[in-house]
Amino acid sequence: MALEQTDVEKIAHLARLHVSTEEATEVAKRISSILELIDQMQGIDTENVAPMAHSFDAIQRLRPDVVTETDQREYLQKIAPSTQDGLYLVPKVIE
Amino acid sequence: MSDRTVAALSRSLAQGEFSSVELTQDYLSRIALHNKGLNAFITVTEELALAQAAQADAQRAKGQHGPLTGIPIAHKDIFCIQDVRTTCGSKMLSNFIAPYNATVVERLNAAGTVTLGKTNMDEFAMGSSNETSFFGPVRNPWDNERVPGGSSGGSAAAVAADLCAIATGTDTGGSIRQPAAFCGITGFKPSYGRISRWGMIAFASSLDQAGPISKSAEDAALMMNAIAGPDSRDSTCVEGAAPDYMSTLNDSLKGLRIGVPRQHITKGLGAEVEKALQEALKVFESLGATVQEIDLPNNHLSVSAYYVIAPAEASANLSRFDGVRYGYRCDKPVNLEDMYKRSRSEGFGDEVKRRILVGTYALSAGYYDAYYLKAQRIRRLIKQDFDAAFKEVDIIIGPTTPHTAFKIGEKSDDPVTMYLEDIYTIGVNLAGLPGISIPAGSTSASGKALPIGIQLVGSDFAEAKVLNIAHQFQLHTDWHKQTAEV
Amino acid sequence: MGWETVIGLEVHVQLATHSKLFSGSSTTFGAAPNTQASVFDLAMPGTLPVLNEQALRMAVKFGLAVDAEIGRRSVFDRKNYFYPDLPKGYQVSQLDFPTVGKGSLEITLEDGSTRVIGITRAHIEEDAGKSLHEDYQGQTGIDLNRAGTPLLEIVSEPELANAKEAVAYLKKLHSIIRYLGISDGNMSQGSMRCDANVSVRKTGSTELGTRAEIKNINSFRFVEKAILHEAQRQIDILEDGGRIVQETRLYDADRDETRSMRSKEVANDYRYFPEPDLLPVVIDEAYIEAVRAELPELPNAKRERFVAQYSLSEYDAGVIASSREMAEYFEEVVTICADAKLSSNWVTVDLQAVLNKQDLEIEQSPISAMRLGELIARIKDQTISSKIAKTVFEAMLDSTQSADEIIESQGLKQVTDSDAIEKLVDEVIAGNPEQVEQYRAGKEKVFAFFIGQAMKASRGKANPEQLNALLKQKLKA
Repeated sequence: MALEQTDVEKIAHLARLHVSTEEATEVAKRISSILELIDQMQGIDTENVAPMAHSFDAIQRLRPDVVTETDQREYLQKIAPSTQDGLYLVPKVIE
Repeated sequence: MSDRTVAALSRSLAQGEFSSVELTQDYLSRIALHNKGLNAFITVTEELALAQAAQADAQRAKGQHGPLTGIPIAHKDIFCIQDVRTTCGSKMLSNFIAPYNATVVERLNAAGTVTLGKTNMDEFAMGSSNETSFFGPVRNPWDNERVPGGSSGGSAAAVAADLCAIATGTDTGGSIRQPAAFCGITGFKPSYGRISRWGMIAFASSLDQAGPISKSAEDAALMMNAIAGPDSRDSTCVEGAAPDYMSTLNDSLKGLRIGVPRQHITKGLGAEVEKALQEALKVFESLGATVQEIDLPNNHLSVSAYYVIAPAEASANLSRFDGVRYGYRCDKPVNLEDMYKRSRSEGFGDEVKRRILVGTYALSAGYYDAYYLKAQRIRRLIKQDFDAAFKEVDIIIGPTTPHTAFKIGEKSDDPVTMYLEDIYTIGVNLAGLPGISIPAGSTSASGKALPIGIQLVGSDFAEAKVLNIAHQFQLHTDWHKQTAEV
Repeated sequence: MGWETVIGLEVHVQLATHSKLFSGSSTTFGAAPNTQASVFDLAMPGTLPVLNEQALRMAVKFGLAVDAEIGRRSVFDRKNYFYPDLPKGYQVSQLDFPTVGKGSLEITLEDGSTRVIGITRAHIEEDAGKSLHEDYQGQTGIDLNRAGTPLLEIVSEPELANAKEAVAYLKKLHSIIRYLGISDGNMSQGSMRCDANVSVRKTGSTELGTRAEIKNINSFRFVEKAILHEAQRQIDILEDGGRIVQETRLYDADRDETRSMRSKEVANDYRYFPEPDLLPVVIDEAYIEAVRAELPELPNAKRERFVAQYSLSEYDAGVIASSREMAEYFEEVVTICADAKLSSNWVTVDLQAVLNKQDLEIEQSPISAMRLGELIARIKDQTISSKIAKTVFEAMLDSTQSADEIIESQGLKQVTDSDAIEKLVDEVIAGNPEQVEQYRAGKEKVFAFFIGQAMKASRGKANPEQLNALLKQKLKA
């Protein structure tokens, strides 16, 4: 399936990636060639095949409801781009 | 030192031929000498290494030691090491000092290994050549104009060039086995779920698996004994203790049934690689194994399915890199959207962005069934092929890669061609099986000698069997002893 | 032809676990920002989720309480979107295979009638953090303490016909989750939050109209107001020949209006897919039966029992049973005083009035069940009259003394000594010859005057029945 420039812009926005108009055509071409590779599987009849999300059949293990973590704010915020009063700062969110 | 396998170094340490500090200093000086040319390490942790080595020596003196005590190791820069920069080969994390240890690191630390540093890799493990690293390409020790393979290219090059005794790697579609083949060493991807993924930066969660990159199958077994087994922090890590992988290494191969996939021996396979494979099969036959052809009829679809599933999972896994809590944030964002878009576009390289876009597309409204669900159904077909094959044979042996290491820049303009080179390894990840690449030949067809690898694939959780067979091969061949001249 | 409203509610309930849904961080409310945010909650690279067993158990408990199908194999999915209070860039939720499937809830309306409302599903998911919009150098502050707190999102069928039904549904839900102990249901702290899907249609029509989703409703009162406002807004538009836009609207309690949140609406495509870091959750029969065995007596069953066991009216029984705490309080009172009817009156009228006035929950009541029970016991054994009991009750509010201590210290004990009462009656008759004459001449109304005089003389303590009988007898003579 060939991708249009507008498709690229739409998915780029969903993925919060900046793709300029000039780049969009090139990106569309590259992704289209990947989709062409992917489309090999379209001809295969999988009507009665159940999707497989994990390679083995196992079930989720459960964790006891116990608090095991302690406050590490100061340590963890050393690597943050911007903080104040213990909060992570981001450009103003407009509701 | 002529034999730098972990097994040999461990014996020397035990006999007091040298201390771990001396051994570590030797490796550090080799790194100082050769890393500039190879670019195998992103970060060298000299201070940490010497401290760990001194501690290891002290433990040996007290008699509290195991086979890995004092062994210098390198970790792929995808594993978090507390208070050490952990970049995942990306600008996005070029300033990221990890606040915790990966389980693999924690267990190897506990086993007494000495951390020399963090090895170079394709950005977020997305690549087969190590050319997508923000920190520049790694060079193949056998031929500096060639790639070491990827994504664990730094680990493979470091082991091949004796810049460490053993290294960790991760494998999502061949990222341990393919660089091992390209660098003439042993690379083992255990079954999905055998080793905890806690602290291993995710690329594609349902496919990623950690494993050893080493100079022999025996060394791989030594590392497996330290890292395999359940972890309460990883829901997908299987319960039940892992076996002792050393204890079965010397099991006889008499009566072993080997299957060679008909679909792997096609015109796409390089002549030298095919020749090496046939020679290797003869070795196995001489050890009492029988060889038969088998079918993996859907193997040709593995690359298609993989390039939906892996990017889809990656597109979500990489959403956390948003410039809010850690990692790269763009300069002076004008608003929230600008911060997201510029941080991510400036922080990620082209291949990573491409895969995020492909994955986002495959999951988006209207395409989910045709791409994502379809790929998951194909995945089951591929798994069923393996299940059927393992009713007839004990092990599947074939080439690891169609060709030997290619030149830097040769395929970087054509991602699809590069993707197709992973045709023999990807299906193994989709099926979650254990697979090992071991050296089985060499070719000088293009000038310099280049190693050739073959791949052994076992059934679900048959790691011990795979290591046993690889070890027996290595007892009767010398390919794994060949070293690159750096 | 008129309009009718169709409402479906999506209620998010914070499950009262000690630790988060997928990490070992504390869920305590009100901690300093980001002090309860671990490496997993901050979405540090390489971290992984492991499911909290209590969150699952609580969800199953809820499912059983509303007679729902329990998903034998539930699957977690990733819901992808970017927001600064969503650290991973996706929320882990359950799309196609929720833990709780179809169920139902009986609600009681103001006129005492009941209706059964369908529950579509209830799924487990993670809460987000909080964005603080106060000015931090012109920026927004992010607190991730709440991120990863387990939520149960309970989705109703679009079967609620008006704002009052919506409130009744919400109150019943509130009652059940508190009975089950799976959440404190505190709306003002956000541990129970409500989104309402509201649409209108011509009366009698069977098709649903275009709906608007109203978010951010954080009290029972606002639910009613927001729905009323939104329904009217839609009717106004339709009557003017307009068209309803499917959108998300925010309820602004200060202005009592809803307004569009178009900024958040731009072509959302959540790209759900199964969460690869978690495996399917499989629940077997034995697990379900074990959880069922832990279920407490629920409001409806309790109400029926109160009617049967204590002969309460349906209404009183319903009021008391609506709150687990009130029901427990009531039963403790009954145990002590052995009079259910009196207990019901005192709990639902007198005590409730005090609680309302002081804005207290029954578990914060200034008078414990034991003290109230002892007070009622004194009415029952005629130590004091009902009227004096009110005085004692008032005194008890400001003290820790028992009813007996107050009755004793203030000398409020009812006079039942017939000699004393006779003396009183004699005095009143002797002191009011004029009225005695009037009474004896047939003016029976004057009787009330004698009662009043006698009571006044006894400072209210004379046993009214004895007094009554004796007065009648003496006046006749």
